[in-house]
Amino acid sequence: MAQATTYQAKAQFGYRRHADQDRAGQGPAEHPVVVVGAGPVGLSLAIDLAQRGQRVVLLDDADRIGEGSRAICFSKRSLEYWDRLGVGDRMVAKGVVWSVGRIFHGESLLYQFNLLPEDGHKRPAFINLQQYYAEAYLVDRISDLPEIDLRWRNKVTALEQRNDSVALTIETPEGAYHLHAQYVIACDGARSSLRQMVGAEFAGQVFEDQFLIADVKMTAEFPTERWFWFDPPFHAGRSALLHRQPDDVWRIDLQLNRYADPVVEKKPENVRPRIARMLGHDKFEFEWISLYKFQCRRMDRFIHGRVIFAGDSAHQVSPFGARGANSGLEDAENLSWKLDRVLRGTSPASLLESYHAERSLAADENIRESTRSTDFMAPNSHQEARLRKAVLSLAKETEFGKRMVNGGRLSVPCSYDTPLSSPDADVWGGGPSPGCSMLDAPIAEQAYLTDAFRKGGTDFTLLSFSNGAAIDVPDGLKNVRIGGEGGLADPSGLVAKRYDAAPGVAYLLRPDGYVAARFRHPTRAAIAAALSQAQGLN
Amino acid sequence: MPLSTSSNFARPDDAFRAIVEAHRGFTEEQSADFDAALVLILANHIGDIGVLREAIELAKRRMIDGQQQQQQQQQQ
Repeated sequence: MAQATTYQAKAQFGYRRHADQDRAGQGPAEHPVVVVGAGPVGLSLAIDLAQRGQRVVLLDDADRIGEGSRAICFSKRSLEYWDRLGVGDRMVAKGVVWSVGRIFHGESLLYQFNLLPEDGHKRPAFINLQQYYAEAYLVDRISDLPEIDLRWRNKVTALEQRNDSVALTIETPEGAYHLHAQYVIACDGARSSLRQMVGAEFAGQVFEDQFLIADVKMTAEFPTERWFWFDPPFHAGRSALLHRQPDDVWRIDLQLNRYADPVVEKKPENVRPRIARMLGHDKFEFEWISLYKFQCRRMDRFIHGRVIFAGDSAHQVSPFGARGANSGLEDAENLSWKLDRVLRGTSPASLLESYHAERSLAADENIRESTRSTDFMAPNSHQEARLRKAVLSLAKETEFGKRMVNGGRLSVPCSYDTPLSSPDADVWGGGPSPGCSMLDAPIAEQAYLTDAFRKGGTDFTLLSFSNGAAIDVPDGLKNVRIGGEGGLADPSGLVAKRYDAAPGVAYLLRPDGYVAARFRHPTRAAIAAALSQAQGLN
Repeated sequence: MPLSTSSNFARPDDAFRAIVEAHRGFTEEQSADFDAALVLILANHIGDIGVLREAIELAKRRMIDGQQQQQQQQQQ
């Protein structure tokens, strides 16, 4: 997405020769999974697979992280995933927690929103954290996991699909070598070279307006909120965003016109007066400056033979919705348990098709939302500008106008219309329906349902609400029981409330925390059938 | 609920007149701004995306019919 200029790397790693490079006469080494790209998505996916007991080779063509902050907003959903990967606490401890956004028009506040207005969740709506910190913590976590073989400065230069494997040619500082993998997961970003190697298109829309990102270091008294301006006094006629990151770094986005010259606009001496106008002073230093155009694209198919695409390589959205890195992480959590089952032979390879179905649906939703935000920020015609003007003026005195103002709709987990779900057979007045993400709630002081789900490995889990009688759970299915003897408490009543649960109710959760089925009166046979459905065995 | 196209005002002339008079004294640009706001206010009041889409379809159909008439007149 963004072209980095010359900024210091935040962490440097060394290339090391691997035994796979010295196999003269033996033929290429065989591996179950090769993940290409050690960004947030590739790193998380590798950790998830390793925690499930898979051996993973993770390749990256660079040997450093941290050229620019890049993604900064990580969602509640991503934090819950990172909790499962053992890095959530570290991310949250370093990150800046926020849930409130304010939207201004000119000098006046139009409205403010709270993305998590209720209590009883382990994780906040969002944290802001520079992508390089997220990557560094993930790399640290990998050093605890001998299943992962992380190889820096290993660049995939050729790929050949075979019947039972993928043959990769990998370039290193000491020359090329070959590997065979049962599956290759391409997490190599928006400009994915693997996508080109499989000959896939990346169709979509490029928006003409340009945006300037500047991360500046300064001490400031602004609150920890997302501030968005339409037509601010310091940047007339365009939009602007201000958002706090750790270490006194602030993300500033300024909309520029479509004719702005990127080379000229990116020069610090040209950016400085713009930012100084915004802040009212020039006591700041630049951490990163980049200029980009919004792009919304996706691959038609996320699976090409034995090569599977995840994150920006598969789909790209405009920012302002925190839908890029977060949707990539959702890809990783969706794919890893399925790939693990396929590699173990406990589910057929066709289960992977549900990854494409579910995540391409999510990509469409993210592209739709971010296209709408982009069009609102940069209207395409005089009439679109006029309609926006009407919305902004109505927002001053009407609630409906405020709700129509689109300064970015922030990432929430997508709901899947998926063959893995078993449709509701009972009547429900609330709670997450099949295809929706599980909801968090407290089960004790400082302990949450997402903790209970995570404990003992993230696998298929029955969340049941005790009615005194023992529930007949199919063999091997994890059971998280609320109430009854030995069950978890529901001190605030929020678990039952959020799941519309009476005693006897049960929810079948997938390993990624999505609801596969739910029952008012569960039977062993009904649960077993839903489990088979969700595992792609039907 | 489908879009209602039967006459809903007891005095339709009053409704038409109210809109006409609202535009009096406006430039073309101001009228267009005013209409944009009015459309959004009324759309929200209806509050039914199905009805809104039907209304959009009806308004579009009139434009297409109008264009075809114009073309036919030019051909004659």
